[in-house]
Amino acid sequence: MNRILIVDDEPNIVMSLEYIFKKENFEVFIARDGAEAIGIIENKLPDIVLLDIMMPKVDGYQVLNQIKSNENFNEIKIIFLSAKNKISDIELGLQLGADKYISKPFSTKKLMKEVKKLLK
Amino acid sequence: MSSFLVISIIIIYLAVIFYVAFWAEKNSKSIWVNNPYVYTLSLAVYCTAWTYYGSVGLAATSGLKFLTIYLGPVIIIPVWILLMKKIIRISKGNKISSIADFISLRYGNDRFLGALVTIICVLAIVPYISLQLKAISETFNVITDHAINENSIINDTTFYIAILLAIFAAFFGTQNTDASERHKGIVTAVALESVIKLVFFLVIGIYVTFYLFNGPSDIYDKASVLPNFEVQQTINGLEDGFNWFFLSMLSMFAIILLPRQFQVTVVENQRENYLKTVTWLFPLYLLLFNIFVIFIAWAGNIVFQNQGVDADLFTLMLPLKNNHEFLALLVFLGGFSAAISMIVISSLALSTMLSNNLIIPYGFLKKYSKGESKQNTGSIKKIRRVAIFSLIIVAYLFYKSFTLDWSLVSIGLISFVIIAQLAPSFFGGLFWRRGSSKGAKYGIIIGFLVTVYTLVIPFTIDSQLITTSFINEGMFGLSFLKPYELFGLQIFEPVSHAFFWSLFFNFMVYVLVSVNKIGSYRERNFAEMFVDSDKYASIQEDAYVWKGEAYVSDIRKVLTRFLGEQRTERALNLFYMKYNIDNKIQIADARLVNFSEKLLTGSIGSASSRILISSVVKEEEISLMEVLNILDETQKAKESNKELKERDKQKDEFLDTVAHELKTPITSIRALSEILLEDDTIENKVKKRFLTSILSESKRVNRLINSVLGIEKLATGKEKLDLNNNSVKKTIQKSIDVVSQLAINKKIQINSKEINEVELMYDEDRIQQVLINLLSNAIKFSEETKGKVIVGTRINQNKMEISVEDNGKGIAQDELVSIFDKFYQAKNQTILKPVGSGLGLAISKQIVESHNGEIWAKNIKPQGVRLTFTLPLNIN
Repeated sequence: MNRILIVDDEPNIVMSLEYIFKKENFEVFIARDGAEAIGIIENKLPDIVLLDIMMPKVDGYQVLNQIKSNENFNEIKIIFLSAKNKISDIELGLQLGADKYISKPFSTKKLMKEVKKLLK
Repeated sequence: MSSFLVISIIIIYLAVIFYVAFWAEKNSKSIWVNNPYVYTLSLAVYCTAWTYYGSVGLAATSGLKFLTIYLGPVIIIPVWILLMKKIIRISKGNKISSIADFISLRYGNDRFLGALVTIICVLAIVPYISLQLKAISETFNVITDHAINENSIINDTTFYIAILLAIFAAFFGTQNTDASERHKGIVTAVALESVIKLVFFLVIGIYVTFYLFNGPSDIYDKASVLPNFEVQQTINGLEDGFNWFFLSMLSMFAIILLPRQFQVTVVENQRENYLKTVTWLFPLYLLLFNIFVIFIAWAGNIVFQNQGVDADLFTLMLPLKNNHEFLALLVFLGGFSAAISMIVISSLALSTMLSNNLIIPYGFLKKYSKGESKQNTGSIKKIRRVAIFSLIIVAYLFYKSFTLDWSLVSIGLISFVIIAQLAPSFFGGLFWRRGSSKGAKYGIIIGFLVTVYTLVIPFTIDSQLITTSFINEGMFGLSFLKPYELFGLQIFEPVSHAFFWSLFFNFMVYVLVSVNKIGSYRERNFAEMFVDSDKYASIQEDAYVWKGEAYVSDIRKVLTRFLGEQRTERALNLFYMKYNIDNKIQIADARLVNFSEKLLTGSIGSASSRILISSVVKEEEISLMEVLNILDETQKAKESNKELKERDKQKDEFLDTVAHELKTPITSIRALSEILLEDDTIENKVKKRFLTSILSESKRVNRLINSVLGIEKLATGKEKLDLNNNSVKKTIQKSIDVVSQLAINKKIQINSKEINEVELMYDEDRIQQVLINLLSNAIKFSEETKGKVIVGTRINQNKMEISVEDNGKGIAQDELVSIFDKFYQAKNQTILKPVGSGLGLAISKQIVESHNGEIWAKNIKPQGVRLTFTLPLNIN
């Protein structure tokens, strides 16, 4: 069973994501901010992380940096899911080492396709 | 000590200095080269061999008067720092490489003025350099017990030392054609020498005070019984007071105007904030240097009583007499360091002036306007090298033929008085717009002539030990023309007397001529730029007013002759980028003309660069009024342009925030709708939850849109307030009711006990909106369970103050005002989520202000923030 971590502070977005991934038989973890996300990554070691950028306390970039600086997390795939969609934001995200950058609002079908592609 | 040994030590010492300079040039980025301490220590080039030997000599014969030379700079330090900031900024902005260039540029690139200042400086400083050579030579003879070998240059060690110094200065001083560039090698070497001379002087001071004698009080006791002691150590009434005052003032001018000081302080300055270190370190350096002077002098007077030993040489003779040759050698090397750093920096500064302000503008412009860049820069460097050698050799010859009998201090002071003639035009130019080039020229010339009459001529006569009627009876026997007592002024000693009269005439002529003759528009343009340097620094090339016709290709040709193809291309590209100009443009504007003049200034001086550039452009005369008007307009345009850009940026940020805030609910709506649309198996319960969410997110979108529109409507006055009599207490209660669920969720208490029962005129819906906003913010920023929100009211004069405070983290001090800005996002909000629409406070402010009230935020102790708004008690 694939393990997915959803990091977002918007409850309704989390609700929709949780629903579609549970339906596809993922084990779903949820974090409402970056600090929480780092804790879950360390304890549960998910296969893939859906990461929002603008969050209270610790933001998405910082979470990504934490993941990238630890060898144990080399295998974790990361998708940025953000309403920031300027080209410079996307470039920065990918430069920092995200596997994919998807802008909000997103299509659930397309998101699912990307996640599955990355986990193959 | 054998001369062979001393010469070997000198050679080793010079080799070390050369190596340090060489190393510094190679490692010009090293922290050892670029720091405020090296900079401050290089300023100590002020302390020459004169300080080393002459102060002691002066202290031995006239008591504490030597202090004035160091007191002046120390007293003036705070003012000096401010002045230097301004001077450095102007100089860096215009690529000024010497004080002559500075004055010449200020008075409208005046060629003659630059040359005049150069000549004054050379006349003042060359004897001063000879003095240093004399010090080296005499002390060398003393330490090697060598008889003075009259007139034989071949056998004179000093001659070879002078040549070595010239090589040093020429090699490290002309690496770059642009003289306004820094000379890191020389400066680092000078800083090292400053340490050496101070340490060695302290060593000898401690040796004399604590080894030869039993401390300061012992020396004092023994010295105080000597004849003349009382007279030497006291200031005698008003007359001596005046003398002290003028000598201190003289040295204040010197520390700013001496070419070598201008070189190390201004040209060699790398960062403005280095000046901060100078504030304390430089006075400390001077203090340490002077602490033992008086004791060495007294000790010399005690030990060498009536033996006819030259007081200037006490420092050296004291250890020698006690057979401490090694210590004497240290003294010699310290004095040697002091002398050679002065010679090197002075000859460098003077050679720059000679080339850029005298030789090139008067002799080489024609040649340069045809030559290739390689030949031209080669020729410029050659001129400077020849100048350095000539200066040092002339100084050497001067010492050989004249200075043998003159004491160190007297030549130094004459030199100071001559340099002080630059003061009125220099300081006037910095602070007085009307100061004109004619005034400056006449002032300097008159001042110089007065100095020659009251000091140089009588002093020369005196030193030849001839008595003439000129000194005793005045010229043509007219007693009011007595050189030492001009117009019957008797209270001053010769130096103060000459200083007083020369500056008096200089200043009066400068002011009177400037007032009566209005300078050209070019002069006034630079006057504005110098006097108001802070204002014009920001607009740079725009501060230069110029009208006429010029082609880029012509200007480019001139630049290429000095900078070469590549550097010209690079410089022009930078210029185009800076002003966002198309690089194919053919017609040059004022900015390019000014920019090009500056580019050349460092290499050939400001007057020459102006002449060269203006030879290829067609300039129109403009009136003074026009210059001032244009300057004023550019200044204003620049400011409003900046404001516009700032607003543009804020607007972009605002749109970004709004877009982001709109996208968030839409993301939920889209995702949830897609699921509902595609998943037929969805449970009814889940379906209902999804639809509820979609509904609430749609409302959120609506709220945001209303917020954005609301701000605009209130701001433009399209929406009117619905003013009625309302109870403040009730309105507050209603607002608390709206947010109470939020508070209960976070287990936060809202305290609203301290509320006045007052009726006021206001739009209740609107004020409620403000209150709800403040309350929900307070709740959001408070910690769960620990949070406390307090609502209170207070009547203050004719206003009602309503405040909401929390005990959260508070707001950063510099954001307390900007949080009410329409386009504001807390600094880290591009990352961290904005609360609500991010516009709540801006709307609140709008509402409160439309009620003629005010709103502000203040951090409170121990923690939290209080937001307060006012409503007038009787609203109209």
